[in-house]
Amino acid sequence: MENIAGRTSALNWIVHISVVALVALWLFPTIGLLVSSFRTADQISSNGWWQSLFPTEQNLTLRTADPSNQTLVNGVYVVEGNLFGDTSDADISVWGVTSRAIDTYVPGDTADLGDGVTITVEADGTYIWTSPEELSGRGQRVFATATTPPEFTLDNYDTVLVSGGRTDSMTRAFFNTMTVTIPATIIPIVIAAFAAYALAWMDFPGRALLIAAVVGLLVVPLQLALIPLLRLHLEIGIGKGYLGTWLAHTGFGLPLAIYLLRNYMVGLPRDIIENARVDGATDFQIFTKIILPLSFPALASFAIFQFLWTWNDLLVAKVFLIDATGQTTVMTAQIVELLGTRGGNWEILATAAFVSIAVPLLVFFAMQRYLVRGLLAGSVK
Amino acid sequence: MNPALQGLVTIIIGVGGCLAYFYFSNQFLDKVLFRAKGPNAGRNINRANLIRPWLFLFPAVFALGLYLAYPVVATLWYSLTDRNQGGAFVGLANYRQMMAEPKFWEALRNNMLWLIIVPAASTAFGLLAAQLTDRIKWGAIAKSLIFMPMAISFVGASVIFKLIYDTRPAGQNQIGALNAMWLQFEGGIGSFIVLRLLPGALMISAAALALFLVWQAVQAIRDKGMGAGAIVRIAFIGVLLFIAYSTLGLAYGAFTNVLPYGVPQTWLTIPGWNSFLLMVVLIWIQTGFAMVILSAALRGIPEETIEAAIVDGANPFQVFFKIKMPQISGTIVVVWTTITLVVLKVFDIVFAMTNGQWETQVLANYMFDKLFRASDWGVGSASAMVIMLLVSPILVWNVYNARKEMR
Repeated sequence: MENIAGRTSALNWIVHISVVALVALWLFPTIGLLVSSFRTADQISSNGWWQSLFPTEQNLTLRTADPSNQTLVNGVYVVEGNLFGDTSDADISVWGVTSRAIDTYVPGDTADLGDGVTITVEADGTYIWTSPEELSGRGQRVFATATTPPEFTLDNYDTVLVSGGRTDSMTRAFFNTMTVTIPATIIPIVIAAFAAYALAWMDFPGRALLIAAVVGLLVVPLQLALIPLLRLHLEIGIGKGYLGTWLAHTGFGLPLAIYLLRNYMVGLPRDIIENARVDGATDFQIFTKIILPLSFPALASFAIFQFLWTWNDLLVAKVFLIDATGQTTVMTAQIVELLGTRGGNWEILATAAFVSIAVPLLVFFAMQRYLVRGLLAGSVK
Repeated sequence: MNPALQGLVTIIIGVGGCLAYFYFSNQFLDKVLFRAKGPNAGRNINRANLIRPWLFLFPAVFALGLYLAYPVVATLWYSLTDRNQGGAFVGLANYRQMMAEPKFWEALRNNMLWLIIVPAASTAFGLLAAQLTDRIKWGAIAKSLIFMPMAISFVGASVIFKLIYDTRPAGQNQIGALNAMWLQFEGGIGSFIVLRLLPGALMISAAALALFLVWQAVQAIRDKGMGAGAIVRIAFIGVLLFIAYSTLGLAYGAFTNVLPYGVPQTWLTIPGWNSFLLMVVLIWIQTGFAMVILSAALRGIPEETIEAAIVDGANPFQVFFKIKMPQISGTIVVVWTTITLVVLKVFDIVFAMTNGQWETQVLANYMFDKLFRASDWGVGSASAMVIMLLVSPILVWNVYNARKEMR
């Protein structure tokens, strides 16, 4: 067996490297969005997000403070300060005073601007701008090639969550999405649990047919239901609104719920249920006291599915919920709208998208076990 | 009323109403309708037990019927009527109108491409990831990270990938990763290998694989004679030949296309490429799903079969392709069909990224367009029926399997 073990360890390195590459490839897009949501609009448009993680060398056009700040020192007018504002970790490698010659000087050099006016720039951006005459006009332009450290901001989240205007603010959409999601997750579970119990543990004619029907309905495309149900909702007076959306999500989620729960309940030990029957428990008692607590893992799996699906849904919300006023818009719909109206404003888009992604991601990582179990129960049978 | 409050009330009414319904209907059945006391106790218990399943089932059956079964019939009816003529029956006029539209054929063609590429790529990547991560200690973490896009909405994923495909004018710093990468190529030997040789070789091997499967199917028909299975196999051969033909065409293109090196591209507006770039989004999402299922299947393979193969001197590749693959083929089919269903309904990605412009239309978005922009319910319903038609083989197959399992 030695040679076999040797061969696998030789392969091991390749396996490790491939997995690292694969994971990096799969994470790269999401991280791009996350990083971009912490950058200002200028930063996003000046270079790629992958460059923002490291100190980058950039060609910058900077300007000294206006001459109104000048002081008279020993008969010379002086303006002092830092090109990068108050504090900065930037590191200037070369600089110049005209756009045609941006690399004339190194830090510490003094540039002669004519008429005795000079400017000295240090590597960290501090400058001294001196003149024998009183300075006027605007601040002196300085073209610098500087290495700037990574810099991130929370401003975008402030705009999107707190202070943004009507189109940018996601607060309303966030709560609308919540309002859609929670009832649309809980109601189908209750209905499906009872039905699944009947299909699993009660004997009645037509049971097999019903199970087959549920399996068949599992794949019926949502698209078919749009027109007839919208029409139905409008006719019976529900119209476009939360109630219709909850009902629609309930209906569309039921086949999977019944299928998953029934498969799980069928696997519960027969003895417990029959003992309870012999002891005189009614079906209702058996269901609430025995089956429901035992089925918790399956209930959790479906709850996660339904939560992710309703939270991430766009189509059902667009058809059954969002009316002309736009008061009931959900996050997915608002992001699509932002894509149209603010296609170039990546700072807003990235932040808005990340706000909508964050909750499902949290649920995903917290309850991954149940999600995987549900997937396996739904597929490998 | 405040929507949040309304939501809370709905939860209470909905859940409470359901529970109350189940409780009181059972009570009514046992205590009022068929009392389990007196001279007829035995008969009454039996009668109550005949009715009880339907009490449990009623809300679900009602909701399923109203929200899924009825719409199938109703949509079929709408597709045969004209809303503008007061719902008069117009036969196949809507279908004829739809067939006359080039946009419909474009959507159908794109959907076919999606149907072939997305499930194939997702399953292949998923299998690769499952096989690799099963062998290492930190595999669980790697799996969870590859699985993560499952939680991200199609819309969120569209924003993520739109950033990757973003374009800036030439001369500026590119902020889209794809263009930044593209500008690294300048037509040298590296570009030849990555942009011509690699995709070309990949396409040729895909064509070879398809032809190999055709050969096997032909053999199977020759062995088993002409039966019901032969018809399925012939259809299969047809699809495979089409795949082989198109991949060979793509391979030829990979070697002969003139590539605009050094010029940033607006990727989503290049017909042909853009559909493929939209598919990447879905592949990125679905690979995790395929990986999780296939990983479970790989673990379910009996150790002895693998050990026996290793003892007999099989190398890792032989173990994978000759021992493992045949044992998980059933699961691969399940994964494939599940992803196929997702692909058939794909709407959000196209809607958010291109809205069907630049020849990226797909059926679900075409339908949405007809319904809510053109307000043409007839043609919209007709295209929904086309989606239903494409789904129905899977529906039949699923039901058939479920019934087989029940017996």
